[in-house]
Amino acid sequence: MAHGHTVKRYSGLMDWLTTVDHKKIGILYLIAGGFFFLVGGLEAILIRLQLWKPLNDFVSPDTYNELLTMHGTTMIFLAAMPLLFALMNAIVPLQIGARDVAFPFVNALGFWTFFFGGVLLNVSWFAGGAPDAGWTSYVPLATNTYSQNHGVDFYVLGLQIAGIGTLVGGINFLVTIINMRAPGMSFMRMPMFTWTAFITSALILFAFPALTVGLVALMFDRLFSANFFEVSNGGNAVLWEHIFWIFGHPEVYILILPAFGIISEVISTFSRKRLFGYSSMVFATVLIGFLGFMVWAHHMFTAGLGPIANALFSIATMLIAVPTGIKIFNWLFTMWGGSIRFTTANLFAIGFVPTFVMGGVTGVMLAAAPADFQYHDSYFVVAHFHYVIVGGLVLGIFSGLHYWWPKMFGRMLSEGLGKLTFWTFYIGFHMTFFLQHFLGLLGMPRRVYTYQDGLDFNLMNLISTIGAILMGIGTIFFLINIVVTSVKPKNAPADPWEDGRTLEWAIPSPAPEYNFLQTPLVRGYDALWKEKMDGNKGMTPAEPIGPIHMPSPSILPFVMSVGLFITGFGLMYSKYIIAGAGLLITFACMFLRSIFDDHGFHIEPEELKDKGVKA
Amino acid sequence: MSAHSHVDGQLPHEPEKATLEGRNKVLGFWLFLGGETVLFGTLFAAYLALRNQVGDGNPTSQELFDLVLVGVATFILLTSSLTSVFAIQAMHKNQVKSMLIWLAVTVLLGLGFLGLEIYEFVHYVHEGHGFTTSAFSSSFYTLVGFHGGHVAFGVIWITILIFQVLKKGLNVVTAPKIYVAGMYWHFIDVVWVFIFTVVYLMGKVG
Repeated sequence: MAHGHTVKRYSGLMDWLTTVDHKKIGILYLIAGGFFFLVGGLEAILIRLQLWKPLNDFVSPDTYNELLTMHGTTMIFLAAMPLLFALMNAIVPLQIGARDVAFPFVNALGFWTFFFGGVLLNVSWFAGGAPDAGWTSYVPLATNTYSQNHGVDFYVLGLQIAGIGTLVGGINFLVTIINMRAPGMSFMRMPMFTWTAFITSALILFAFPALTVGLVALMFDRLFSANFFEVSNGGNAVLWEHIFWIFGHPEVYILILPAFGIISEVISTFSRKRLFGYSSMVFATVLIGFLGFMVWAHHMFTAGLGPIANALFSIATMLIAVPTGIKIFNWLFTMWGGSIRFTTANLFAIGFVPTFVMGGVTGVMLAAAPADFQYHDSYFVVAHFHYVIVGGLVLGIFSGLHYWWPKMFGRMLSEGLGKLTFWTFYIGFHMTFFLQHFLGLLGMPRRVYTYQDGLDFNLMNLISTIGAILMGIGTIFFLINIVVTSVKPKNAPADPWEDGRTLEWAIPSPAPEYNFLQTPLVRGYDALWKEKMDGNKGMTPAEPIGPIHMPSPSILPFVMSVGLFITGFGLMYSKYIIAGAGLLITFACMFLRSIFDDHGFHIEPEELKDKGVKA
Repeated sequence: MSAHSHVDGQLPHEPEKATLEGRNKVLGFWLFLGGETVLFGTLFAAYLALRNQVGDGNPTSQELFDLVLVGVATFILLTSSLTSVFAIQAMHKNQVKSMLIWLAVTVLLGLGFLGLEIYEFVHYVHEGHGFTTSAFSSSFYTLVGFHGGHVAFGVIWITILIFQVLKKGLNVVTAPKIYVAGMYWHFIDVVWVFIFTVVYLMGKVG
C-alpha cells in the first residue's frame, strides 16, 4: 500500500448502506424493485379477486380505488423503473469497459431517494388511507375538495422524493456513457442495451422535471391552498393533464426502451448472430425517444382539445409505429438463419416479440382519435397498456434477469424452473389480458370496482382472474428459483452462455469490485465476439496492470434520503419544524460532502495477484 | 487521476477539465441544467396558462408590477453574472485572490437581488396579492419564488466555495466546483431574463 489512503471499509449491513459500487447498487435496486413488484402484484391479484364475479363485495369501493391507484403507481415508479435501473447499474458500465460510473456517490443517492420515496408512498396504507385518485391523480378528483384524507399527499411527496433519485440516476448514466467508454468503444460500437440505457436516461432528464412541477403545484394546492387546479379561483384542471402527460408519455418509452435493449442482446446471443440492422436499431431508438415527447395529448383525445390538435397528435402517435416496426423486423431477421438456443432468457425474449406487436397494434388503434372516443376509459385501454408494459417490459426484465443473473451473482439460475416460470407467466398473462380487449369493446369501463350481472362480462372476468393467479404462480416459481440458486456453489464461468458477444462476458462472474483489471481495447462492435472470431483468448488490454483507484463508501446518501423522508412527513402533517429539520439534515449532508474531499483508495497490483484474479 | 498530479503548484490551463472527475462534473452539470430548463419551462407554461385568472377585485399585474424596482433587480442580477465571468477568468489565470474577490462581489449582488425580491413580495402581499389569492398569484409566486430559491441556494453555495478555496487553495478538485457554480449562476440569470420578459414586461402591457 505505497500511496493508498487508509479508508474504512465496512462489512455486513453497513457495507450495503454505504456502498457506492454500481454492481451492489444494482443489487439493491433489484431487491427493492423486486419487493415493490411483489407488493404491486399482490394489489393486482386483490383487484382481480374483487372482479372475478359480478357485484362482488370482496373489497369495498374505497379500498378498490386505493388498490387500483397504488397498483399503477407502485408498478410504474417503484417496480418497473428500479428493476431497469438494477440491470442498467449492473451491466452498462461493464458493457462499455468502465471501472465505475461517473458519479458513484450520486448513484447511491439516487437509489436511496427512490427507496425512501417508495417507502413514504407505501406508509400511506398504515397512516389513514392510500392515494385513491388513480396513478394519473387527475384533478379535481385529487384536490382537497374530493380527496380529503392524506392519501394524495403521500402520492405527491413520495413521488417527488423518488423522482429526485430517478433524475440524478439518469444524469449519472448519461455522463458515464459519454465520458467513460473504454478506448475504441465508439458510440456506434456500443451494445444495444447501453444505447437504450443512454436514450432512456436522456428521456428521464427531460421528462421528470415536468412531473416534479406538476407534483409541486398539486402539493401547493393541497397543503398551502394555492389555486393551480382550483377552478373556483381561476385554476385549470386540464393544465394538470398536460403537465402529467408531458411527463407521462415519455415515461412509457423510458420503460420500454431498455427492454428493447435487453431483447436485442438476448436474441443476438442465443441466435449466435450479429444483431441484424444494428445502425437502424440505434436510429429507431433515437427516433422513438424523440417522438415520445410529441404525442402526450393522445391521452387527452376526449378532453376537448379540438380536431386540429387531435389530428396532429394522432398522426404523430402513428408515426411511432414505424421505428418500432423496424425493431420488430430486425429481431426477426436476427433469428432468421441463426442457430437458436431456447434458453429461459431467450424464451422470454421470443415471447416478447409477438406480445409486443399485439400491444403495438392496439396502440395504433387507440391513436385513431375518432375511434378512441369509443375505447376511452374502457378495458380495451387496460388490455393495451398491459400488453406493452407487462408483455413488453416485464417479459424483457425477466429475460434480462435470467440472462445476466450469473454476471450479477456468479450463479446460474435453474433452467428447468426458469422454463416453468416462463410458461406459467406467459400463459397467465395472455389469459388475463387478451379477453380484456373484448370486455372493453363490449363496454366494460375501467377503474370501476364492480360490474352488473347479465352483461356478458362474467365468464371473461373469471378467466382473467384465473390468468392473474397463474402470473402470480409464475412469479413464485421465479422466487423459488432464486432461493434454490442461492444455495448452489458460486461457479459460473466468465462467459456462462458460451456465446457472449459483449464486454461484460470478458470478466469473471460476478464482476470484481474494479470490473476490469486492465481497461480493454475495443476493436469492433460485439467486442468480445470479434476477439473470439480472431482466435484470441480474451480482450487485448489497453493499459498495463497498475493501482486501481476506487471511490470511498459513504453513509451520506442514506442520511440525505432519510432527511427528505422526514421532510415529507413534516409537510404532510403541517409540522413545519419537522419538515425544516429534515431539510436541514439533507443540506448538512450536502455541505459535508462539499467540504470533505473524497480521495478514495487504491487497490494495488500486489493485492490483485494475491487474490489470484485472472487478467 | 487524483489531486496529487499537480501538487507542485503548476495548475493546468483549464483546471476544471484537467481530471476525468472534473470533466464528468462539468458535463453532468450541463445535463442537470438541461433538466432545470424543463423545470422552469413547465413553470412558465403553468404561469402563462393562469396569468389572466386574477379573480374579482384582486390587483392585476398592470396594477402591481413596478418596472423601476424590477429593472434595478434585473440590473443587479445581470451585473452579478458579469462578475462571475470575471471570477472564472481570474481562475483560468490562476489569480486566486482576484477570483475570490469577484466571487464575493457576485454573492453580494445576489444578496442585493434577494433583498429587493423579498421587499417586492412583502409589498405585493400588502396590496392584497397573496399566495392563495388567485390562480395568477399562486403561479406567479411559484415561478418567481422558485427562481428566488435558486438564487438563495447559489448565494449559500458560492459562499461555501469561497471558504473552501481559502482553506484548500485552488486545485484540480476545487476548480471544477467553482466552474459549475459559475454555470449555475449564469443559468439563473438566463431564467431571470425570461421572467423579466414573460412575467413583468408582458404583465405590464398585456
